[in-house]
Amino acid sequence: MVVSRTAAGRTGFAQGRTRVIRRLWKFNGGVHLPGHKDESTRLPVTRAHLPKRLILPLHQHIGEAAEAVVKVGDHVLKGQMIAHAKGFVSAPLHAPSSGTVVEIGDLPVPHPSGLNAPCIVMETDGEDRWTELRPHCDYDQLDPSHLRNIIREAGIVGLGGAGFPSFIKLNPGPGKTVDTLILNGVECEPYITCDDMLMRERGQEIICGLRIMRHALHARACVIAMEDNKPEAYAALLAATRGTDIEVIQVPTIYPAGGEKQLIKVLTGMEVPSNGLPIHIGIVCHNVGTAVAVYRAIEHGEPLISRYMTITGGNIVQPRNLEVLIGTPVKDLLDECGWHPDTLERLVMGGPMMGFSLPGDDVPVIKTTNCILAMTRDDAPAHRPVMPCIRCGACADACPVNLLPQQLYWHAHAKDLDKIQEYDLFDCIECGCCSYVCPSNIPLVHYYRYAKTEIWAAEREKQKAEQARIRHEFRLQRIDREKAERAAKHAQKKEELTSITTKNNEE
Amino acid sequence: MLAAIITLGLLAAVFGLVLGYAAIRFKVEGDPLADKINAILPQTQCGQCGYPGCRPYAEAIAKGEADINQCAPGGEAGIVKLADLLGRDPKPLSEAHGQVKPKMLAVIDEATCIGCTLCIQACPVDAILGAAKQLHTVIASECTGCELCVAPCPVDCITMEPVKKNIREWTWSFPEPPQEEPVLPKGAHG
Repeated sequence: MVVSRTAAGRTGFAQGRTRVIRRLWKFNGGVHLPGHKDESTRLPVTRAHLPKRLILPLHQHIGEAAEAVVKVGDHVLKGQMIAHAKGFVSAPLHAPSSGTVVEIGDLPVPHPSGLNAPCIVMETDGEDRWTELRPHCDYDQLDPSHLRNIIREAGIVGLGGAGFPSFIKLNPGPGKTVDTLILNGVECEPYITCDDMLMRERGQEIICGLRIMRHALHARACVIAMEDNKPEAYAALLAATRGTDIEVIQVPTIYPAGGEKQLIKVLTGMEVPSNGLPIHIGIVCHNVGTAVAVYRAIEHGEPLISRYMTITGGNIVQPRNLEVLIGTPVKDLLDECGWHPDTLERLVMGGPMMGFSLPGDDVPVIKTTNCILAMTRDDAPAHRPVMPCIRCGACADACPVNLLPQQLYWHAHAKDLDKIQEYDLFDCIECGCCSYVCPSNIPLVHYYRYAKTEIWAAEREKQKAEQARIRHEFRLQRIDREKAERAAKHAQKKEELTSITTKNNEE
Repeated sequence: MLAAIITLGLLAAVFGLVLGYAAIRFKVEGDPLADKINAILPQTQCGQCGYPGCRPYAEAIAKGEADINQCAPGGEAGIVKLADLLGRDPKPLSEAHGQVKPKMLAVIDEATCIGCTLCIQACPVDAILGAAKQLHTVIASECTGCELCVAPCPVDCITMEPVKKNIREWTWSFPEPPQEEPVLPKGAHG
């Protein structure tokens, strides 16, 4: 089945298809948070100034890090691939502007560990000269696997936050059909408004990207969802989808309605099974920003080198959204929007619920960065003393995944890594609702993150031990074999000698 | 009376035959307990426990010849797991068998190495690459940090360095535990 641009519109209405989403559902718990979204939506989005230095971490996505294909001193053009994908789950990296590679080495990157990681550093030449691009005008003439290759080569990863390589999620896999393709523009975390602004300003590009994704997936129906606190974006997308069978749905504003599994529940009433993926119930979910990146990669041939991003918080003079080149140092953005270094309490990448504190302002923006939040003492929550759990159960009421946060907490606290997995630790989406409602201020999510990373570390240790055991046993075997061979050789020589001496004696 | 003795005697004979047959038919090769213990040990093959490798130590524990607290690289977590498996009480690491240290990696100073191959012969996991009169180097991903290569080196060119932390293997710290007593503002106590 080939769904062309016109055919998609025609089938949708010729058959008089009724709406896919007839009613909305609810997920368990969630919390209502102060939005703080108006501050950063007052100004239209403009391009950020071209920074002098671009810092490009090789690992900006889930999976294997990319591998540099340029050397220090190389001159690169805008859009040129500077690191290629290594392995299947990986994404290449492209130069966001033209300039010279000045350093390849370990530098601070945006990561909760605060550790350094391999980066390519380039100095821009100010010309911003593009490499040769290869646009594809008729995506509907392209084979889905060809489309996925282009999207992979363009380095596109999920821009909603997780950074999973998009081409993998655009492959339903053998024998699976996609019933509904959902574009996620919910953006439920406070302060962040980059998807909102993208939907207001680039509605057409989102729809084009959605059509390309639909073609790649052979999806039956398409839905774009957003929270009902974004009336401008809703109006813009309604206008952009007029005459098509794409549905635009507003969902109630409650955190974390933008979580993939939560959004699927709200729209369809179906639950993604534990340890399962949305594709297992015939659904694929992508971020609206990813749709724009896909559109630009196919129809303009542009790789992913920039993104919409929010710079906000009480410390920022002019909170706003900017189109930022990947690799731009955070400090450049703070300077552009104006900030007060002396009253800066906390610098957060991401939102206040799921973001993490940055060790400094010298780290760069990466593909998954949706927000820089510069907090003053007033908007950073005061560090309240942690008190013992009183077993009130508020965390379980708030958990959008129906877990038992209290049980998870006890087992994490006791470092019982086996028991905690029995309570489905790995279904936790680390949304932070439980910590938010906890009257004892227990940093619950911190405990879960601790437990998750410890379990992974233990697994790695186990694999390493197994490898060492195999190597050791092989070595022992080899030593035995060599010994036996030496002994055999020795015996043979002895025999030869004795036969010679007996011969001599006989003579 | 006689009937009872004969019956019991016959039963004993039959069961004896059945058990004897089962012992041959369902014989388990190797020592399953030693295997289980070996799976818990860290496979460093360092010999700090006093046995020439993890497997011999596991067999010694299984036979009851060695105690469970002799493995320094396994650390406290390893001792707890062994105690769980064997139904014993965990105990602190015996001081005679080393201390718990962060994970180390052997590094050969390539300027000093004379290519004598002694470290290659000492390495229990073949993690050192080289040949006679050729420069030796450590395969970092295979090195278990057992330190067995350090002593044989005639020119002391091998040092043990702590394994560098990288982002992929970084783990979140354990959160500060809650305070036992609720903290009241000063002067709140009547």
